[in-house]
Amino acid sequence: MANPRTLFDKIWESHVVSVQDDGSSLLYIDKHIIHEVTTPQAFEGLRNAGRKVRQPEKTLAVIDHNIATTRGGVVEEDSRLQIETLRENVAAFGVQLFEVDDPRNGIVHVIGPEQGFTNPGNTLVCGDSHTATHGALGALAFGIGTSEVEHVLATQTLIQAPAQNMRVTVTGELPFGCSAKDIVLTIIGTTGIGGGTGHVIEFAGPAIRALSMEGRMTISNMAIEAGARAGLIAPDEKTFEYLKGRPMAPTGEAWDTALAYWKTLPSDEGAKYNKEVTIDISGMDPKVTWGTTPQDVVPITGIVPDPKDAETQGERESMERALKYMGLVPGTKMEDIEVDVVFIGSCTNGRIEDIRQVAKVAQGRKVADSVQAMVVPGSGLVKQQAESEGLDKVLLEAGFEWREPGCSMCLAMNVDKMEPGQRSASTSNRNFEGRQGRDSRTHLVSPAMAAAAAVAGHLKDAREFLQD
Amino acid sequence: MEQFRKLTGVAAPMDMINIDTDKIIPKLHLRTIKRTGLGKFLFEEMRYETDGSEKPDFILNKEPYRNAKIIIGGDNFGCGSSREHAPWALLDFGVRCVISTSFADIFYNNCFKNGILPIRVSKDELDALMADASDSENPELTIDLEEMLIRRPNGAAISFDLEEFRRACLLDGLDDIGITMTKNASIDTFEEKQKRDQPWLYTAAAE
Repeated sequence: MANPRTLFDKIWESHVVSVQDDGSSLLYIDKHIIHEVTTPQAFEGLRNAGRKVRQPEKTLAVIDHNIATTRGGVVEEDSRLQIETLRENVAAFGVQLFEVDDPRNGIVHVIGPEQGFTNPGNTLVCGDSHTATHGALGALAFGIGTSEVEHVLATQTLIQAPAQNMRVTVTGELPFGCSAKDIVLTIIGTTGIGGGTGHVIEFAGPAIRALSMEGRMTISNMAIEAGARAGLIAPDEKTFEYLKGRPMAPTGEAWDTALAYWKTLPSDEGAKYNKEVTIDISGMDPKVTWGTTPQDVVPITGIVPDPKDAETQGERESMERALKYMGLVPGTKMEDIEVDVVFIGSCTNGRIEDIRQVAKVAQGRKVADSVQAMVVPGSGLVKQQAESEGLDKVLLEAGFEWREPGCSMCLAMNVDKMEPGQRSASTSNRNFEGRQGRDSRTHLVSPAMAAAAAVAGHLKDAREFLQD
Repeated sequence: MEQFRKLTGVAAPMDMINIDTDKIIPKLHLRTIKRTGLGKFLFEEMRYETDGSEKPDFILNKEPYRNAKIIIGGDNFGCGSSREHAPWALLDFGVRCVISTSFADIFYNNCFKNGILPIRVSKDELDALMADASDSENPELTIDLEEMLIRRPNGAAISFDLEEFRRACLLDGLDDIGITMTKNASIDTFEEKQKRDQPWLYTAAAE
């Protein structure tokens, strides 16, 4: 048998069009998803050079970052122009678009898997760093800049230097009250936000295998927060079961041929990784971030850390800056931190399973008077599903806002944003300075933890609300 | 794209790790449909008060750093989002070179597409360059891409590495889409083979 290869090696090698002298490759791109924010300049570039889209049917367009999440809500002028520009561009270049009112529309990384557009073994790109999400289905998926979007549109390829292989093996059983979000926050807390730079992270081990597809997407989504180019999870029966019958998945004979190929993709026994990390999640507590990077993770039972304990001067200064920004004092119990806003949604945690978790906590309880809590489904179909299960009623009854799908307050480039000084518990993926609005403060948590914070009015161990 | 051969200019020290893309260009400015005009919003939240007045302590608000062409930044520069608006904002401000011990992958790629040279150096080299840049009397560096050298104010030089293809594109200001399109025949061949091996990729998505 040939050298054992990783899942990444297999996908990479099967997509190399040619190799350049300096080792970088021209890589073929099977699937391309675009949205309104990172594409206007790419289409402008095509126009200026008189170029066409090489394979329009391999690109799918959605509108997500800028849209209002209230029915008929405000879309500011420059957002409206950006959306209108996308409409004009897809019409001129022959690309399929899901319109705002189409139930299939939603956050780009929710709808790719949901439509069966994302398949195992694909190379898939999008002008958005959370493209890593699609790796949960065993696709090599990564975020690119706008010039690269233009490159893919024109040539259906990208020039890429090969990545290194990294494996994060997660063992142990998921403890009560914890979710995929707690696992991935634990991983990033361990590797650091630069720990995956230059690497593609394959998430493996029994704890990953045990997760649902939605949970796996939450994990792979945040690979970028560890600095990785992409996240990958080997496809298995759960993946195939999830994909079967989805609108854009292969059917009939094509399904059988595809399935046979997909089954050859998982990493071979003995495949080599440049970097290995093993994490045991047995006995883990739910996690929450205290600072301004996703590696600033502590258990909800913990306290705000002290910069005095930092290992280097750079880290100490960075911690001091983060604490000042967050308005926190070392030693404060995490559970004593009050929140003003609770945001549940995003490409990390905007799927049906996430909303079910929130409803479980919300059932028979009320959102604290001091808190604005919103639930934003990841797509029109997620919204429909939740409503068919009656989850919207549970949430509305408890005092949560039930919104229309979109990126919303995850990055706050629409009207959903926090005021300066406000503090959130958020199921999104980044707690950078200003991420959810200028001078706003973000604590990243799981959906259940976010719901618990909404009810309690402060960061709160969700396990207490999940007992019954 | 503008050529990059030799650059001499003021280097601004930003001794902070994890300068993320949200810091470089806040999301509100992602709502543009143009590549230009973002320089005035570069590092907006660190650079201006909410009323729009300048924060006097911020490095790019001080002389001679208002004219910085080079930024010396801490580890993991450009982490976060894929927004090319980050290099567009740097370029529009006048920055053509960023030096750090490491860069986030997408930001690193995006720089080259815009004629910006990101240079990786060792921790000791970064400390030396940070000190050079902090001397406001003489914070000028020369970046020589032909020789692959950073020339310091004291006359010493630091060498750096770069993949040949990226270097060639910068030196000649080449548009890599044009280069790739010269390989259309290879892409055709790839697609024909893939169509035979994985036919579902050419039928399933077509509705």
